[in-house]
Amino acid sequence: MAAWNEARAEEILRRHEDREGPLLPILHDVQAVFGCVPAEAVPFIAHALNLSRAEVHGVVSFYHDFRPEVAGRHVLKLCRAEACQSMKAEAVAQSVLDHFDLDWGGTTPDGRLTVEATYCLGLCACAPSAMLDGEPMARLTPDCVDDIVREIG
Amino acid sequence: MKIFVPRDAAARAVGADKVAAAIAEEARRQGIAIVLVRTGSRGLFWLEPMVEVATPEGRIAFGPVAPRDVASLVAGRFDRNHPLCLGRPEEIGFLKRQTRVTFARCGIVDPLSLDDYRAHGGWRGLERARSLGAPKTLEEVVKSGLRGRGGAGFPTGIKWKTVADTAADRKYIVCNADEGDSGTYADRMIMEGDPFLLIEGMAIAGFAVGATKGYVYIRSEYPDAVRTMRRAVELSPVDGFEIEVRVGAGAYVCGEETSLLESLEGKRGEVRAKPPLPAHRGLFGKPTVINNLISLATVPSILADGADQYAALGTGRSRGTMPIQLAGNARYGGLFETAFGLTLGEIVDDIGGGTRSGRPVRAVQVGGPLGAYFPRALFDTPFDYEAFAAKDGLIGHGGVVVFDDSVDMAHQARFALEFCAIESCGKCTPCRIGSTRGVETMDKVMRGERPAANLALIADLCQTLKFGSLCALGGFTPYPVMSALEHFPEDFIRPRLDAAAD
Repeated sequence: MAAWNEARAEEILRRHEDREGPLLPILHDVQAVFGCVPAEAVPFIAHALNLSRAEVHGVVSFYHDFRPEVAGRHVLKLCRAEACQSMKAEAVAQSVLDHFDLDWGGTTPDGRLTVEATYCLGLCACAPSAMLDGEPMARLTPDCVDDIVREIG
Repeated sequence: MKIFVPRDAAARAVGADKVAAAIAEEARRQGIAIVLVRTGSRGLFWLEPMVEVATPEGRIAFGPVAPRDVASLVAGRFDRNHPLCLGRPEEIGFLKRQTRVTFARCGIVDPLSLDDYRAHGGWRGLERARSLGAPKTLEEVVKSGLRGRGGAGFPTGIKWKTVADTAADRKYIVCNADEGDSGTYADRMIMEGDPFLLIEGMAIAGFAVGATKGYVYIRSEYPDAVRTMRRAVELSPVDGFEIEVRVGAGAYVCGEETSLLESLEGKRGEVRAKPPLPAHRGLFGKPTVINNLISLATVPSILADGADQYAALGTGRSRGTMPIQLAGNARYGGLFETAFGLTLGEIVDDIGGGTRSGRPVRAVQVGGPLGAYFPRALFDTPFDYEAFAAKDGLIGHGGVVVFDDSVDMAHQARFALEFCAIESCGKCTPCRIGSTRGVETMDKVMRGERPAANLALIADLCQTLKFGSLCALGGFTPYPVMSALEHFPEDFIRPRLDAAAD
């Protein structure tokens, strides 16, 4: 992930200058480039869009997706919603969290993996489900830890 | 040889990509010429990855296929004697019993092939709308009896008429594809399996009300749908109506229509007070049609085949079909589009086949995290808007999540409150504070602390949430909580935990 740099941020802003209500698309792109929405981005975007810093901060902090700091190199989102609960998702989650010695939202000390909760991936007929770096996984069992370890190397 | 493998995210999640790659590799190795088409899913998820092959007698299906099955399938040229052969997909009971209107093409066509779309009846609805003119198009939608498939059930045609009758320099069509309810995936299947259908539906809406710009707001948990939808928009041949795909950012409350509009405007997804209605002052203050994806995707067939044909299906004031999504611990989990009116018991026991775990069905949550838990005693409830409302429930977006007898209903009631606390936008007090107080109080109940007094407090809180919240998040959270309490009271009687041990 790139470190904060104004030229890259400027490029992102230019890409969205013809859009109505461009703040969310801008924040998504900022996070895609920098791995998070860095603190420096807030006043920069606010100035460009003629918003207050409070308004931009308010938006960044409202949405679960936007993170203030970079996540691990791999991100595993485990579904904790009802359809997955009915198929013992909590046991799957516990086995993953125990294996990596993490709590929800935590990152391994080597920065390899972040595990997050999510509430529904729309894979509810193949529960329990998860998403690893944007790729869907389903019909998980507590043994899925082995597959995850293999995937993240 | 033409072979079809789904590219639907749920099919991919259980290995469809690996199966497709194995088929390509094995065919190359055995020197067999094949055409591999990646389709959407038919929605028979317990059979995914389900592979189909074209034959002179129609398609033949095989499933669930694992990569290790591919060598024998290819060596036998996908013959009907293979143990995984399911015969013609249309003859599989789960599919045969359906009335596929909105999902007629899903799982059959290449989702990004314009030729396929037209060959399977695409664009007929838009063409007929244009030949009828805007006022008659509106009439057709009203006459069809179509109601909002997001859950509120408001008549779609009336909403469109309001926007059409409101004068403005600009109007918008907004598709709510923020399908956040657990147990639902119908929107996702259309976006991944038949995206031009949504484009056609939005273009008809735009034509009918006089809007030239549309937004599809897709939740970020659906990256496959975002990719396919964006590509479909680039390929779209529709003139005079521009569509932009926007991606949410993980806020469940943005499925609420006014919160979604705020989010599209680049703000915190906080709910707006109504009035003004979005139809009068919606996106950027302009008259806006905001519809659930399934409502919009149903309009093309209503226009193509006529309102009467659609309205002939269904029961009472619930006309047409509903894509019921069987999920969770259902033995046959999948999408079942059918006319309104089946009973919940038929859906869960006959169609869903009971539980995947093989244990007895104990509770069914209908309509997502804000929907009520139904016990077996209410399985005679017909699936329609009014019948479910009469039983203090809702059909919502059509999700049916099945739980077996290992479920702890006090835990489910607590989760409903916890979810509300996590996802509350914070604008109104009952939802913001009531949900957290609810979790604390439920924890006391579960520890056996003064259960009668604390359950009375829960009932009181639910009353405040139901009548004092600005939107359905706070307003409907009482449904799962109170239904769990009413129908499964035995789960709330807990032994007193010793404070020290706790």
